[in-house]
Amino acid sequence: MGKYILRRLIIALPSLLGISLILFVLLALAPGDPFGELASNSNIPPEVQEALRVKFGIDDPILIRYFRWLVAMLHGDWGFSFASRIDVDQLILQRIPTTLFVVGSSQILALAIALPVGVYAAMRPYSIFDQIANTLAFIGFSLPTFFTGLLLILIFSVNLGWLPFVYRVDISATGWHWYWEYFKQAIMPVSVLGLFQAASYTRYVRSAVLDVIRLDYVTTARSKGLNERKVIVKHVVRNALIPVVTLVALQMPAVFGGAIITEQIFRIPGIGSLLITAILANDTPVIMAVTFVFACLVVAFNLMADIIYGWLDPRISYR
Amino acid sequence: MAVASVVILTAVTLAVLLGPLIWRVPINEIDFTARLAAPSWQHPFGTDDLGQDLLARMLYGGRISLAVGFSAMAVAIVAGTVIGAISGISRGSIDAVLMWITDLFLALPQLPLLLLVIYLFRDFLKNLVGPEGGVFILIVLVIGCFRWMPVARLVRAQFLSLREKEFVEAARALGATTPRLVIRHILPNSLGPVIVAGTIDVAAAIIAESTLSFLGLGFPPDIPTWGRLLFDAKDYLDIAPHWALFAGGAIFLTVLAINFIGDGLRDLLDPRKVM
Repeated sequence: MGKYILRRLIIALPSLLGISLILFVLLALAPGDPFGELASNSNIPPEVQEALRVKFGIDDPILIRYFRWLVAMLHGDWGFSFASRIDVDQLILQRIPTTLFVVGSSQILALAIALPVGVYAAMRPYSIFDQIANTLAFIGFSLPTFFTGLLLILIFSVNLGWLPFVYRVDISATGWHWYWEYFKQAIMPVSVLGLFQAASYTRYVRSAVLDVIRLDYVTTARSKGLNERKVIVKHVVRNALIPVVTLVALQMPAVFGGAIITEQIFRIPGIGSLLITAILANDTPVIMAVTFVFACLVVAFNLMADIIYGWLDPRISYR
Repeated sequence: MAVASVVILTAVTLAVLLGPLIWRVPINEIDFTARLAAPSWQHPFGTDDLGQDLLARMLYGGRISLAVGFSAMAVAIVAGTVIGAISGISRGSIDAVLMWITDLFLALPQLPLLLLVIYLFRDFLKNLVGPEGGVFILIVLVIGCFRWMPVARLVRAQFLSLREKEFVEAARALGATTPRLVIRHILPNSLGPVIVAGTIDVAAAIIAESTLSFLGLGFPPDIPTWGRLLFDAKDYLDIAPHWALFAGGAIFLTVLAINFIGDGLRDLLDPRKVM
């Protein structure tokens, strides 16, 4: 198992480097550079502009600039935001906990819905429950997240007035009241993201369980006299979970993308909305750093998926 | 359900293609006396905050949304099939390299990179091809670039299983060159899953384009794509809900129909059925 993890790590690191190289090359290929504005400012004489360009190494070959950027990032020097006037790593650290909370809770909600519904639907295929679940799942992942978010805001905040629709990180309350306020404001974004994911997971769990439930060892377990619950939980679900776990981990990049939209609608101060504000404000250091963070998260989750997959299915880790 | 969806999708496509010829209200006729009007006979879908008729805007925007969806799918399928075919027919290092590139692209975070590329290259393409054409090309290319990987994997898997079959061996014994083998024998038999992936790609591309417009980073603001309509509508939710509901409902209906069609196609092409 240890060797398996080591092998996966060795594959993950070049992927991260490859992604960061692609990001950097994209940025380098784009027309314009940070000194474009200076060039149009007539107060600065051209010799000074030249000197600045040489000093910052803007015209050096791409690979040298890439390595300089990489070394800086690894040292923790992530740059200085043009728009917010603070160090980029501080900005990101402020906002990451919120995003992780929303994304994590939505995944837990999605799995909590998808696993029972998917398993139950697969146990009784083509029954009424199965058909309703299937149709609801289709409707669920055809509704774009921004539309569901707007609908929920319309119903719950505007018409009924039950839930606040602006997310505040600094709620002025203590104890249970604080938790209640936090829960009330988090429930809409988490359910928007969670229900969307639950729809696609339900279909996947259902087809994974259907694949397993016809196999011979399940029939053997039943004929041994085990009660149905034990058969399902100990044999079917454990084996059906394997592709599901892979899917969940591979979907994480898409979930973070969905979180970007949800943060925009509900005005949650997370790194998704940071990316959008930075793009609209042309704030390049923040954009590079946030995209790099997303890439790191993706690689980390792929790695975790591989490790969990290796743990759940012993056949994999012996290869 | 799939048949009903084909009917719905055809209806939407026809409406979007022929509608502007029948409903001849211009899309940017500003009429402040009819701001945010609810649906009525004069404006079947209501009006927006500038008094522009929403039905006309939605028909026009539908053309663009559907065009982006189908073009992005075409790009993804062509790129994916070519790469999957090359990877599947040649074993060894070419296969390994192409699969490594595919895995690399699969690991890229889609939405952030989409936003990044649009931010970086929007002005450049605008100067090259004009604002609308530039953004259209950019969006189609970028969305296509993120969707070719599953298609490549599917095609490669099909190739790896088909190349061991007897008819391929027979063709090779008759003296067929490798390109002829691929194009005439293996490729036509491997397109089943590709079609299913294609329909899912159309839905994903429409959602991606709407997402971009919703974030304000898609087409120029005066072009009323469905996502843009939602973006404008979200500030007026309490006084004019019909605006958001119609725009979002259109996206939802189209994507739902495409998903049902894809599912029906998959049931058609996959001989397994649960007893």
